[in-house]
Order: sequence, then C-alpha cells, then structure tokens
Amino acid sequence: MLRLMEKATPSSTVILLLLFALMPFLAPILGEAFYVDVFARIMIWSIAAVGLNLILGYGGMVSFGHAAYIGIGGYTIAIFSFHEINNGFIQWPVALAISGAVALLFGALSLRTKGVYFIMITLAFAQMIYFLGVSADKYGSNDGLNVWHRSHFKLGNVNFKIDDNITFYYVIFFLLLLVIYFTRRLVNSRFGMVLKGSRSNEVRLNTVGIRTYSYRLTAFVISGVICGLAGVLQANFEKFVSPDMMDWPRSGELMFMVIMGGLGTVFGPVMGATAYLVLSEILSSFTIHWHLIFGPLLIILVLYGRGGLSGLFGKSND
Amino acid sequence: MDINIFVEQLLNGFQLGMLLFLFAAGLTLVFGIMDLVNLAHGSIYMVGAFTAATLTLWLDSFILGIIFALPLTLLFGMVLEFIALRTIYARDHMDQVLATFGLILFLNELVRIIWGPAGLAIPLPILLDGSINLPLGIVYPTYRLFIILIGVLVAIGLYWLVAKTRLGMLIRAGASNRVMASALGVNIRLLFTAVFGLGAMLAGLAGMLIAPINQAQIGMGEEILILAFVVIVIGGIGSIRGAFIASILAGVIDTMGRAFLDVLLLALLPSNAAEAAGPALSSMLIYLLMAAVLVFRPQGLFPPRGG
Amino acid sequence: MIKKILSATAILAMASSVAYAKSINIGFVTTLTTGAAIIGVDQKKAVDLAVEHIGGKMGALDVNIIYEDDEFNPQKGKQKTEKLIKSGDVDIVAGYIWSHVLLASAPVVLNANKILISANAGPSPLAGKNCHKNFFNISWQNDQTPMALGEVLNQRAIKSLYVLAPNYAAGKDMVAGVERTFKGKVVGKDMTTWPTQIDWSAEFTKVKAAKPDAVFTFYPGKHGAAFLKQYAQAGLSSTPLYSVYTLDSLSLPRLQQAKMTGVLGTTMTQFWSPDMDNPQNKRFVADFKKKHGSYPSFYAAQAYDSIFLIKSAVEATGGKVGDVDAMRAALEKADFASVRGKVRFGNNHFPIQNFYSREVVVDSNGKWTTKITGVALKDHQDVYAKDCNL
Repeated sequence: MLRLMEKATPSSTVILLLLFALMPFLAPILGEAFYVDVFARIMIWSIAAVGLNLILGYGGMVSFGHAAYIGIGGYTIAIFSFHEINNGFIQWPVALAISGAVALLFGALSLRTKGVYFIMITLAFAQMIYFLGVSADKYGSNDGLNVWHRSHFKLGNVNFKIDDNITFYYVIFFLLLLVIYFTRRLVNSRFGMVLKGSRSNEVRLNTVGIRTYSYRLTAFVISGVICGLAGVLQANFEKFVSPDMMDWPRSGELMFMVIMGGLGTVFGPVMGATAYLVLSEILSSFTIHWHLIFGPLLIILVLYGRGGLSGLFGKSND
Repeated sequence: MDINIFVEQLLNGFQLGMLLFLFAAGLTLVFGIMDLVNLAHGSIYMVGAFTAATLTLWLDSFILGIIFALPLTLLFGMVLEFIALRTIYARDHMDQVLATFGLILFLNELVRIIWGPAGLAIPLPILLDGSINLPLGIVYPTYRLFIILIGVLVAIGLYWLVAKTRLGMLIRAGASNRVMASALGVNIRLLFTAVFGLGAMLAGLAGMLIAPINQAQIGMGEEILILAFVVIVIGGIGSIRGAFIASILAGVIDTMGRAFLDVLLLALLPSNAAEAAGPALSSMLIYLLMAAVLVFRPQGLFPPRGG
Repeated sequence: MIKKILSATAILAMASSVAYAKSINIGFVTTLTTGAAIIGVDQKKAVDLAVEHIGGKMGALDVNIIYEDDEFNPQKGKQKTEKLIKSGDVDIVAGYIWSHVLLASAPVVLNANKILISANAGPSPLAGKNCHKNFFNISWQNDQTPMALGEVLNQRAIKSLYVLAPNYAAGKDMVAGVERTFKGKVVGKDMTTWPTQIDWSAEFTKVKAAKPDAVFTFYPGKHGAAFLKQYAQAGLSSTPLYSVYTLDSLSLPRLQQAKMTGVLGTTMTQFWSPDMDNPQNKRFVADFKKKHGSYPSFYAAQAYDSIFLIKSAVEATGGKVGDVDAMRAALEKADFASVRGKVRFGNNHFPIQNFYSREVVVDSNGKWTTKITGVALKDHQDVYAKDCNL
C-alpha cells in the first residue's frame, strides 16, 4: 500500500501525513494540547472532502448538498445513543447503510438532471434533510442532541472503546488512510476510468454500451457513504449533533475544501481541508472581522487557483 | 372555519409571495440572461435595506428614503459587478457559486463595520402603518397591501419591458444567442451591465420593502436566497412570469402550511411534535415541489419563450 | 564578581516573580458576531465596566478576561469552550446567552472539573436532572420569568391566552413556564421555526380569529423587534401583549426610532429593571449610560453580576482559584452586592429571587425604558430544584 501511495505522491503528502500521525506527540511539546482536537477535526473533514471529491473532482458532479450525508451519519449515532444503544457494531453499519440508501434515492433522482439544475436539486434535497432535523422535536430539533457516550465495540471477546481522545484520534487517522487508499484504488480502476470519462464524454461512452448513469450513481452512493462515515466520526468526536451541521453553508464549505486542494487528485482534498480549517482558525484568532479577509481570499482562490494546492505543489493530475 | 380567515391567510400568502417575487425577479433575470449564479444578490438586497433605513432616518420620510436609496443601490450593484463579478461570467456555475459565496462573507462583514451589528428599523409614515378594513370583515395591515400593489406594478412593468420594448428585445436576443446578437451590432457588455443594474435595483427594492417589517439585518440576504433559487427553478430560469407564479405559489404554500398544517398534524401526532413539525414541514414542501419539477419538467413550469 | 551579581540578580528576579501574583483567567463565551451580536456586545460592555469598577483586581489577583465568540451556534460555542479549557488555561468559564449553546458546551467545562457560571441561559435540564455541583447560574431559570408573567395574568383576570414562541429550548421553557401558573385557557399556540421564521402574518391571522383576552410571546434579540412591528401592523394593538425577554434595553431604542408607540404600556416580567433602587445598580446603570449612551440590558446586568460573584469567591478563598471545592463553597454563599438587590442560591445553584412586573415607559429624558410596577413573585425558586440531587 505504501508503494502505491508513494508512486504519485510528492513529499508534501508525506509531510502532511506524518504531521497527522505525530500530532498527539507534537502538541504537548508545543504546549497546545488543543491542537490534537484541531487536527482530529481536520481529519474528519478530510474524509468528507475525499468523499465529495470522488464525484466532484473525478465525476464532475457538483453536489451542493453533501453535508446532508454527514448529518445523516451523525444523527444516526446520536439517535441510537439517545435510545441507549451504544454498540458501534450496530450503530456504524446502520449509519453507513442509511447514508448510502438516502444517497441512492437522491442520486437516482438528481442524476437525471445536469449542470446548474443538478446543483440546485442536490441543494434542495439537503435542505429537506435539514428541515427534517429541525422538525424532529424528540431529537432536539434546533437545540441539537448531546451524545453522552461514544460508540464502543462489543462483540464476543472484543470490547474496544474510543473514549480516550488519543485512541480515537488514531482510529480517525486509520480510517482516513483507509478511505484514501480505497478511493485511490477506485479511481485507478476501470470504474474510475468510466467515471472520469463520463465527465466529458458521456454520449460517446453510452454509444459503446457503457451505461454511465449506473456508474455515476454508484459513485454518488459511495461518496454519500464516505460522508456518512465522516458524520459518524464527528458525532462521536464532538459528542453533539445539531441541524446546523447539515445546513447549506456547510456543503459550501466542503466544496471549498475540495477545490482548495485541487480537483481530481486523491490527496488534494486532505490538503484542502487542512488549509481551509487552519486558515479559518488562524484568521479568526486575529480579529472578529476575519471574514473581511477570508471572503476575498476564497474568491481569489476560485478565480486563480485552478489546480489548487496540489497544483501548487507540482502534483500530477490523476 | 370562516371564509374570511381563509381569505386573509390567502392574502398573507400572496403578500409573502410578492416580497419573494421582487427578490427573485432580479435573480432570474441575471441568471437567465447573463447565465450568472449570483449568491451575492442577497447582499445587494441587504445593502438596499440598510441604505433606505439610513436615508429614511435622515430625511424623515420613507418614500423619499426609497426614492434616493434606489439609485444608490444601483450604483452599489454596478460597482460590485465591475470589480468582482465581471471576471466570473465566463466561469462555470460552481465557480460562480463559490466566488459569490466568498463575496457574501466579505459584504456581511463590511456592512457590520459600517452599520454595526444591530439591525436598523425603518419607521413608516402613518398612512402606511395602520390597517385597512376590507370586505368580509377582514382587517388587514395597510403596508402589506402596499407591498402587494408594488409587486403587481413591478411585475407589469417588467413584463412590458421585456415583451414590448426594444431593450427587452435586445435582452431576449442576447440571452438566446450571444454571439449572433453581438455580430449584429448589439453591445453585449453594455446590455449585461444594464440587466445587472436592473436586477440590482429590484433586489434593493425588495430589501427596502421588507425592512419596515423585519428590520435591516446582517445576513438577511441568506435567509431568502435559497428560497428564491428554488422559486426560479420551479418557475423556469430567466422567466419573469415563472418567477411571479412560483413565488406566489411558494408564499401561499408556506402560509397555508403554517396556518393549517398543525391542525392536521394534531390528529396524528402528540401536540408538542405537531406544533414543531408543522412549520418545519411546510418549509420542506416547497423543496419537494422543486425536486418534482426538476425530475419531471426541468425547464421549469413557465420557461421563457425561445430561451 | 560580575557573575555573582548576575546570579544574585537572577535569583532575586525569580523570587520576586513568584511573589508577584498570578492572575485569574476568566473565559467568557458570548455572541460577538452574527445578527445576535448586539446581546453579546452588551454583555462585554458590562463585563469590561465591572472589571473597571473593581480596579482590575480580585483580591491580589489581576483579572484577565478571555472573550470567545460562539457565533450563535452550539457547535462553534462548544469548540470555543474547548479552546478555553485546553489552551486558554482558564480558571472559570462564564457567559452563554443561548440555552442550546450552553447545553452543548457545559459538559466540556464540567468534565474538566472547572466551574461554569451561566450569565443568561437557564435551561431546565441543568436546573433539575442534570444539575452539577460546579454549575452556577446567576440569571434565572428559563421557566421562572414566564411563571411570574402567568401570575400577573391571573392578577389581571385574563381568561384566554394565545401563545407565540420560537421552537427551541428557551422558547419551550418559556411556554412551559406560563402554562404552569396561568389559570385561564390557552386558546391557541404556535411554536415557530427558529431562527428562520421572521414573518408572523399567518400566525397573527390565527390570533385574530381566536380573539383571546391577551397574547403571550417570547422572541429574543432581533426577532423581538420584528415581531412587535408586525404585531402592531396586523391591527392587534387592541389585544394586550404580554412578553418576556422580548422588550428590553436593546430593542427599545430601535423601536423608539421606528416610532412604535404601541409598545408603550405593555407589560413584562423580569428579576431586574434599570430603575431598581440600590447603590450597586445605581452605579452600574449610571456609569453604563455615561459610557455607552444607552441603558444596560438585563443580559448586561447578569454579566456584571457574574464578575462580582466571582470576585466574592476569590476573596473569600484568599485567592485560591485552583481549589475548586473552596471556590464552590464560597460561590454558594452568594455573598456579593447584586444589582438586583438580595439574591441567594438554591440547592441547584440557581438564584432564588423576586420577579417584578415591568412596564414600558418614557423616562425624564424622553428615552424609552422599563419601570417596575409591582412584585409578581417573591423569593421564588424554580420548579426543577427538587429534581436536582445536590
């Protein structure tokens, strides 16, 4: 696996991954234990960004509603916890399954449209999920829901807990690597080729008998499941969920992270998420008027940062 | 249930739709004719509201406040177009969404620095501030009727502009085939500027009209923005008529939902849940409608002719 | 020789730096951005004024306030709270305007064995079942103020009531409070979507159809001003309006600017009013007005009190802020001069205090403010205290 990643990854990727791996040790040395939390969050968002990039970067499907799947994953955990079912072996598969099922439903309908209509319909579906969360009075509605206990994995002799922040940090790290690896394999396979091809040559592909719709839908579902996973991790990490996590500005932020990293590269979204969150963190600690700087920065990025950070670091586009 | 309650709720829905229409009209024009997804439309709406508020307080007259605020908002829109938006015309829609998203962050903060974090209230002249006795025993806020009146006038004006004037013809030509139109000597740049200006004024007007009800607030644009996009997709992008009908539909659905849905739900759910679910579900209904339109008739209910 | 002098100086310097006291770090979480910032800014003004009034010191310690912005969002509020605990090295955390932000953030502080003092939000879970020995509230429990209002309604022989409130923790608590004491009939109730709904025309039509004796409402911040405007415009001015936390020193100036004379004479209940006659309050209100040109809000009054509360505990323990048990014991005594007059804590660390009926009036300078017109509840304790096992 390491060889596969090394082949097309320049040193910047390795450095970032090393940074993630070592942060729990670095943070106390730097005197800021808080950084472990910051980076755990960065990794969770990175997972979501990698998920979105699969369809946005590779498939050219601009989904403006992927925060909904993060929310679905998160709320499933929170609702289970509310009903005192804390076993991760039950919670996690169900959360991922529901994310996938909803992605299947929404994707099937949305993929019948194109262009800006696709953007709008994915947005609409996400808002519906948001309002569903708001109307769920039993599960907190706007106030959100506290997740009092993190998932624990109990089956037979296995009794694995993620209550310890450092342990959980490495679980997240491991899952991030897993998601990156899986995505890499996927985009470099025949499936990936069809996906990339369908971005611009849909007609041609259909002519030779490849039903691009089912490939794109499959990719959409996979991406929904990956975002669902991010939601599961977020609910466990923050120990709190609320409808805000599914609102459309969250989807917008996710898109920014993907763009920032450079579309259509496997590792790009990770760099994008890191850059976006670190930048927000730094700027917001300087002044409460930080949007004054952040806004134009994002605009400049959209206009001139075509290759994103990956392009900046000389990564090959694959 | 009394008929006058029903009619009054219908009026409420209609009035809500009018406010939405004023905002959506500019949005659909810009989107349909210039192919620009402009999330910062809401920021122009907000600036219009604040400008009118300040002017009304200075000049001690709401009408004068609006009259002077309109050209100022137009100016603001033009400056915005020149500095920030020209560069993204040629970009794909995602880029436009993201760039204007960044613009929203910036403008919200700018307004905050200029006008402070609190909202600004606009006092209405006594004539508009009371209620009117309507037939069927309905007592209705004068100002809301005023809004309906303005909305209808603007709708008629826009229809006349686009369908019956030369400018309107140029607009329609530029929309359907930019290259051909400019080959025939139409200055597309200037045309787009004119359309954008019109859209900005409409957004500003919408903001000015809603401010006496809800105050000029930071972030007020985002509250209405997504709903407006939903409405113009349902109506048909670029279609004023579609925006009008879809806005009324949205306003009526939302109002009727809030008015009567909880009664329906009380039959099915415990009272706490019904009271909360009612308003939230009626918000969802309009999104469901848009999804249905996109799946079955993606060009919208009333797509612009030949567009 | 030089070396000796240098090392002696060094030792002296180190010794004196140890003697030179420390400071007390107080984290204050409030809303400093978004449209709701007007409340947080008022609280910040009050905290800064309090620190000025105590000369920047509590006992021998220098006071260091670290403000954090919750952006009116429970997740952001929680993150900022974590930041305060983990990297701000704070001794005490205070603030929190919003119930939902507080509920999300409280576990962070309490699990770190630090003291949390709410300067506004008073949700029922924290007063009852989920009360915590390190949690204190220096404002009120959400239900109390509306319970007082229910009493006022009874006093004025109101028989039918229509209720309008937003659907979130505080909104639900307010409604629960009124319904607990009000003896008449609630003829209609609408819990509106929060915070997105800002137009009440549909609801007002329903109110007119129901023809209640009075309307009860709760809409904090900017929603309040919009609600009141639309209320008057809907022709409902003849239906008496009773409110909690909707009309206050923050909304009144704007309503005055908008010439909304309909709000003059309306009634609300509250534990405090700017016109309360005790030395602490007089100094607070006078200096606040002098500095900022407006009356302080109750949010500000609570924030002001929180500083003096903490000061009393610091001085009682001789500056031992790290000793949480000692600090807690000292806080429980509530031995400080509050702007509301007398106050003490119940077993759940929520205040036991009076609630007054207040009316919107014009002061001698033509400014709109509120005035106490009577006592609604005396020495009142919230109803959740019995569920708290402290």
